[in-house]
Amino acid sequence: MTTQAVRNAPGPGIRQRVLKATPYLFLIPGLVWLFIFFVLPTIQMFTYSVSTGSITSGFKLTWTGDNYITALSRYGKQFGNSLLYGGAATVLTLLIGFPVAYTVAFKGGRYKNLLLFLVIAPFFTSFLIRTISWKILLGDEGPLLGPLKDILHVLPAEFSVINTPISQLAGLTYNFLPFMILPLYVALEKIDPRLIEAANDLYASNWQSFRRVTLPLALPGVFAGTLLTFIPAMGDYVNAELLGNPQSQMIGNVIQNQLITQAHYPIGSALSFILMTAILVAVAVYARVLGTEQLTG
Amino acid sequence: MSATAIDARPSGRGGIGTRLTRGISKHWLAAFTGVAIFYLLLPIAVMFLFSFNRLDASLGDGKFNYQWNAFSLDAWAHPFDWPGLPDAIRVTLAVAVVATIGSTILGTLIGLALTRYAFRGRGIINGLIFLPMATPEVVMGASLLTLFVATALPPLKGGVPTLYPTGFTTILIAHIMFNISYVVVTVKARLAGFDRRLEEAAMDLGANEWVTFWKVTFPLIFPGIMAAALLAFSLSIDDFVITSFVSGSTNTFPIWVYTLQKNALPAQINVIGSIIFFGAVAFVAISTVVQARRR
Repeated sequence: MTTQAVRNAPGPGIRQRVLKATPYLFLIPGLVWLFIFFVLPTIQMFTYSVSTGSITSGFKLTWTGDNYITALSRYGKQFGNSLLYGGAATVLTLLIGFPVAYTVAFKGGRYKNLLLFLVIAPFFTSFLIRTISWKILLGDEGPLLGPLKDILHVLPAEFSVINTPISQLAGLTYNFLPFMILPLYVALEKIDPRLIEAANDLYASNWQSFRRVTLPLALPGVFAGTLLTFIPAMGDYVNAELLGNPQSQMIGNVIQNQLITQAHYPIGSALSFILMTAILVAVAVYARVLGTEQLTG
Repeated sequence: MSATAIDARPSGRGGIGTRLTRGISKHWLAAFTGVAIFYLLLPIAVMFLFSFNRLDASLGDGKFNYQWNAFSLDAWAHPFDWPGLPDAIRVTLAVAVVATIGSTILGTLIGLALTRYAFRGRGIINGLIFLPMATPEVVMGASLLTLFVATALPPLKGGVPTLYPTGFTTILIAHIMFNISYVVVTVKARLAGFDRRLEEAAMDLGANEWVTFWKVTFPLIFPGIMAAALLAFSLSIDDFVITSFVSGSTNTFPIWVYTLQKNALPAQINVIGSIIFFGAVAFVAISTVVQARRR
């Protein structure tokens, strides 16, 4: 390299070469790590999903489609549940999160930072403990239902929400709400209030200026927020495990069970691969619908 | 109020009507936001409140902290008094510290390369960095587990280090992996507003690249690196889903809680949760005050 660099004169050859290589030297360690522990595992997972065998006998790559057929025919309900609860939680977080983000961004005033802090406060405690708190909160004799039943007598003694789809959805919506509010806030905060004033000056009603000015400008935030909510909610299994019931289990529960408890690697891999592909397709379609160029700018 | 509203309604733009609609919408939004924030804080309040719950066999089942029995400081007096808990906390902290250092170094280097140099493939790498953040945790955990399993089976067996059965090392590998992207994104965000002329000025004054980096660049980007490290640390101590796939018989605090909650739910869990919460809040409060002072 030295001789070549000298030959490449004029100019400080070696030094320029080193400078030119710098970005690659910076990139290599991290990218190698990501390649070995993110890309290779995905390839390995795909390989197992088309293999036969077990952990004791070893796995043989047979390019079989059986694992996918089993995965889809046996666990269609759980895939459906993931889509249903993940989708419902995303819609709910958007409905709750938008007014909150709007209020903080436009009416927050000097309390803006405090409000933002309160929105992200759940992140300061463990995801698992938050979910367990919901289990305490919604328990049959918990701090919410207990007084309503025993002191106020407004609910019958057998009334129960824990271990139902409702408690599961409450937990999912709760756990991912900050992920929706933050990107919405960032998008809304960037909007120049003069644009809304201009719309009002041009005789747009409040609703019209919201619909035609605020909402389109907030779309990148809606896009980011729904993805940040939908992707983890689709794959979640903690809320279903702690707050749901056997009928409301999601695909994450099946993957966890197949891989960790049963060590059925081919089936578990096929399930994960289907989930990953389904999410990628959903994201691509969604981005197409909303218009990617406009969003990523 | 409704009478005024009726009077004012048709007057439309600009006048009392608009102000009133605005007023109503403002309060409606404020009320809604208040309820939403209450919803966000409620489980934290429950966590804290139930850390003072008394659990013993004379009151209820004595094992599960689901029902309020009586006020007690027992759990706060003995916050680590449960088999396996001290070990789980040690493992969690050890993993978090090492994973934070590792991912911060690797991620900062990528962030520097992406923001400060123009090179081939930059766009692709920018996109690739987002992939781990866009992949569901279950899928990442599952795929890592298949790789670790494969290192113990032919044809990989013997050719590469064996990473199965999983344990401390594999948890560490996974945490560094999922943290890198977050570090890159955070560092990049901080570097975006960086004024390159400051470095040029240093070079004009005779400093070489090395001196310029450590005397000018590094001090300026250090807050960004710190922010990234803090994010990595908090993601690491809280991670449950990916860790559950690669932890084997090693327990981190979240794994320990998850395993235990099927058989018992001691108030100690709420105590540790509260300590983490108030520790983080205190940290944010102090750093906000320090930053405000500096300005």
